[in-house]
Amino acid sequence: MTELSQVNAPIYEALRKFRRMRVVPFDVPGHKRGRGNMELTEFLGEDCMNVDVNSMKPLDNLCHPVSVIKDAEMLAAQAFGAANAFFMVGGTTSAVQSMIMYACKEGDKIIMPRNVHRSAINALILTGAVPVYVNPDVNKQLGIALGMSVSQVEQAIKDNPDAKAIMVNNPTYYGICSDLNRITDLAHAHGMLVLVDEAHGTHFYFGDNFPLTAMAAGADIASVSMHKSGGSLTQSSFLLMGEKVNADYMRQVINLTQTTSASYLLLSSLDISRKRLALGGKEIFAQTVEMAEYARSEINDIGGYYAYSRELINGDSIFDFDVSKLSVFTLPIGLAGIEVYDLLRDEYDIQIEFGDIGNILAYISVGDRKRDIERLISAMSEIKRRFSRTGADMLSHEYISPVVTEAPRKAFYAEKVSLPLDESAGKVCTEFVMCYPPGIPILAPGELITPEIIEYIKYAKEKGCQMTGTEDINIERLNVLK
Amino acid sequence: MELWFTERHTPNVKFSIKVDHQLYSGNSEFQRIDVFDSKEFGRFLTLDGYMMLTEKDEFIYHEMITHVPMAVHPDPKNILVIGAGDGGVVRELTRYSSVESIDLVEIDELVVEVSKKYLPTTACRLDDERVHIYYEDGVKFIRRCENKYDIIIVDSTDPFGPGEGLFTKEFYGSCFKALKEDGIMVNQHESPFYAEDAAAMQRSHKRIVESFPISRVYQAHIPTYPSGHWLFGFASKKYHPVRDYNPTKWSMIGIKTKYYNTHLHTGAFALPNYVEEMLRDVE
Repeated sequence: MTELSQVNAPIYEALRKFRRMRVVPFDVPGHKRGRGNMELTEFLGEDCMNVDVNSMKPLDNLCHPVSVIKDAEMLAAQAFGAANAFFMVGGTTSAVQSMIMYACKEGDKIIMPRNVHRSAINALILTGAVPVYVNPDVNKQLGIALGMSVSQVEQAIKDNPDAKAIMVNNPTYYGICSDLNRITDLAHAHGMLVLVDEAHGTHFYFGDNFPLTAMAAGADIASVSMHKSGGSLTQSSFLLMGEKVNADYMRQVINLTQTTSASYLLLSSLDISRKRLALGGKEIFAQTVEMAEYARSEINDIGGYYAYSRELINGDSIFDFDVSKLSVFTLPIGLAGIEVYDLLRDEYDIQIEFGDIGNILAYISVGDRKRDIERLISAMSEIKRRFSRTGADMLSHEYISPVVTEAPRKAFYAEKVSLPLDESAGKVCTEFVMCYPPGIPILAPGELITPEIIEYIKYAKEKGCQMTGTEDINIERLNVLK
Repeated sequence: MELWFTERHTPNVKFSIKVDHQLYSGNSEFQRIDVFDSKEFGRFLTLDGYMMLTEKDEFIYHEMITHVPMAVHPDPKNILVIGAGDGGVVRELTRYSSVESIDLVEIDELVVEVSKKYLPTTACRLDDERVHIYYEDGVKFIRRCENKYDIIIVDSTDPFGPGEGLFTKEFYGSCFKALKEDGIMVNQHESPFYAEDAAAMQRSHKRIVESFPISRVYQAHIPTYPSGHWLFGFASKKYHPVRDYNPTKWSMIGIKTKYYNTHLHTGAFALPNYVEEMLRDVE
């Protein structure tokens, strides 16, 4: 057998070979190469249904890989500069949960920035770990949470020398990176694991001049959303591990919650995308950055809007910035980010990634065309012309420090009572209140409800943010500790 | 030997012209460009396989998209033409001595080069000293213009491919901004006949109605376009295309036309019932 290299995609190759063998299926899935569900086959295409197959000897098994999946994981590890890599089919959510479940048992402390993804806090409910939140710096002008400053991390470690791990966003949704090198060194010096949420950082591994990657910084585990900037199918991700992580134990942890029927559509998409980025990533992301830079300069030319970039870097809480992100501050034209987000879709048929109180984020990738970028810029110029107003009653920022009074797991499973929003101040919340996007918790189980938080929930609702997480679907009531 | 050019007007309808010989074929950054010669229609230009113009019937399109707004506006001096790299609209515009400046914005330089070389019938006046050619995406060009033009003529291809952006609300809104307070925008408005063209026609009408206080549609008969029944959009900040039209004044200019005349001007705005209904549905 010839040695494998990045030009190979073992799962993809095995599926192609398998298709040629025309094996008669007396196993699941029951659609039997699509023949049993023609409407679906017509919709998704025969080629797609043909490879929606089950684990079997020639195709390996994700729960216990010994052949093509093992090879593909080895190639992925090489491509990302990791000691080991796992294919994940439950989204980066599952990767984030797995790394926390690996690092923490019940009662263990984990240091994390407040602007972690909800998947991280959900993992705390699963494991019973206790969060030590590092309040991220906030950019007062833009109203966005930044990275963690090294001194704050240092303080958190000093206050909690028994913490098992530190979690870092690299980058945040808005493209902001912390000083991963120094945080990693600090954590390791105190015997803590470094877990990195790289949901928005796949491209750092393949393009030039991007911020430092978790693996290059010597972090222990990283969750990478290949399906975001990497081009694979939605829900497919990688979990990357450094030298000191016991990969076999990690597999057991993953298998606690991951499906035993992993989709080969997702697996092959990871395999093919890894190959593509390993071979052509530099060029792909150079094009992406060029488009983002162009859009940024044109949007800044419109006036009013502020499409920010590396000028924000301050050596600490904004240690680095991902220039492939197109984040734009919209308040100067008198419109909330979420309003611009809605106008773009409702008036101009343009769907962007998210809008929050003060900002929008348009996701730029190699799949974009120059002419679509022109449309986005023109639509923003038109929104300013048609809808801009003087912004009076805008909240200045949206980050609110949490007051953790109970472990998330304890609060989540505790006896609770439902109260109207207005009567809930001073109580301890037992559920999440999320504002989507960007999916950062306003309240998590075990946290004190303050008047400031209630005001923020009402404001975000009024501005049309999608609020989720509560049992009451309309977010008029909150569950609180009895 | 028989050589035929065929365009699918719908998945079930084909339109073919017998080709005598091919004069040019090439690919630009944006599209494939072909020029053929034929016995019936003379030379014709196609982009990505879609008919743009033939020497035999281009006069209908170019006269109707140009003279209708030029005859309504009382004093058109600064004109912007978007698309139209073949030069047909510019040829008609240069016949007005009152016009001071014509900005032509064409995304694809190769279309202009090929037209100059193979389609002198339309490209003949591109060298007029009042004409300034910008090779740029029209969506981008117009974004920076404000209160600048008397008339904008949008001679676009179809609402897919490189011309896609010229059918969007952000583009029509930018045109509104680029026009002076009594400006007029005229656009290629697709056909009401086949379902897919009709849907595009309705979509673009809806967006124009939302962007301009006056928005009317007029028609012409163009044999080589799908169904032959073609529409133009007339969007305006101040002037109504029929009520504010002074036929005598236009006749006095003394431009000799093959298709357009002052009676036809008014008549072109009278539309078949089914078209009126489609337009009303989105107004």
